[in-house]
Amino acid sequence: MTARRLEQNASAGVPEVPLVDCRGVACPTNFVLVKLALEELDPGGVLDVLLDEGQPMRNVPRSVKEDGHRVVTVEPQEDGSFRLRIRCGA
Amino acid sequence: MAVEEATPLEGLKAELRKESRRAHLNFADLKSGGYIKQTQKDLFTVRLRCPGGRVTTEQMRVASEIAERYGRGTVHLTVRQSIEVPYVHHADFPAVQEMLKGVDWSIATCGPRVRVPTACAGCEYNPNGLGDTQGLCREVDRRFFGTPTGHHKFKISFSGCPIDCFRTREMDLGFQAMVGPRLDEAACNGCTLCVQACEDKALVMQAKLPVRDDSKCNNCGDCIKVCPIDAMLPRQRGWLVRVGGRHGKHPLFAYEVARYVSDEQVFVLIERALAWYRENAEGRERLGAAIQRLGLNRFIDEAIRPTGVEVIDNEADRRPYWTGGNFYDRAAA
Repeated sequence: MTARRLEQNASAGVPEVPLVDCRGVACPTNFVLVKLALEELDPGGVLDVLLDEGQPMRNVPRSVKEDGHRVVTVEPQEDGSFRLRIRCGA
Repeated sequence: MAVEEATPLEGLKAELRKESRRAHLNFADLKSGGYIKQTQKDLFTVRLRCPGGRVTTEQMRVASEIAERYGRGTVHLTVRQSIEVPYVHHADFPAVQEMLKGVDWSIATCGPRVRVPTACAGCEYNPNGLGDTQGLCREVDRRFFGTPTGHHKFKISFSGCPIDCFRTREMDLGFQAMVGPRLDEAACNGCTLCVQACEDKALVMQAKLPVRDDSKCNNCGDCIKVCPIDAMLPRQRGWLVRVGGRHGKHPLFAYEVARYVSDEQVFVLIERALAWYRENAEGRERLGAAIQRLGLNRFIDEAIRPTGVEVIDNEADRRPYWTGGNFYDRAAA
């Protein structure tokens, strides 16, 4: 499932940043997907995540922080979702 | 369980055993509660003392042993976190007491006394937790267990966050952990995660900074927990104090009377509220009824304000902590 959702980010000139599309994925599955993707990274590596507003935006960023990672940027998207860049912690 | 066709000697032994058990029966224990009369003749439900719903595995083994030996092989989990063993014959009380003593345990209480306090998991391992509900609950039980009120029951509970799983609004005295946030404006990068996290819409972005409407904030700390760079920080922590709530035949929603109360002040407030209740209540009325009769302001002035805690004394300040639903009647104090 992770592999299917991991795509290359071809849009913003940073093709090396993997993207986890969690739109339409409920809690806590969305967090598990992000967690699995983060495990593929080395500390300091970055990952983009698309999250729906509401519960996913309330829960996932907080859980990511509790696990020792950091949300670096938050960008609202046209479809009402949010694109988060996460830097992998330890 | 009766021995069929007992020999005369065995019959005599059984009688003697019964007599000696009767002699050991402590009626004071019986009166202070913990043994609750059942519809069945001579049978009682034994309520065990489980503050905050915590029992050791050793205690659980003893509870199940008591249920197997003296009950009917089942225990009942009560709504206030106790374990009860039904169908125990009063002749077996001394034996039950002995078994409980072996694991440093005792029966609970009922009647017009301070009941065993209840509590959620609190900050120990629950991610929403803001206060040490279990630690306080244990200590409150140690200090106040069974204290006679002279009127009616007195229930205390602890909730670790505003979700309030332990229904502090329905207690004579309820303590709910709270945190007041503040923003380090220089550190904030305007990411808006706190605004997204706030379920009460107390935060809005203004000039790239989250601005808080205090009248909507219910002090849950979600904005602090989500902030990736710790720009949203705890300004003040403590307990929100609710008094005069109850469930039962005539439910009543408690009043918020103080906030940001420290752990030590919790004990002082319990003492003051109990003293006020003892002195001012009539007959079997609960604390909430006495407050309704004499006025919330009088209760606050006499029992709460002298302790020096941060008093909540107007409805506007109470508003963030309740939604004024249509079930409970909030008669003006």
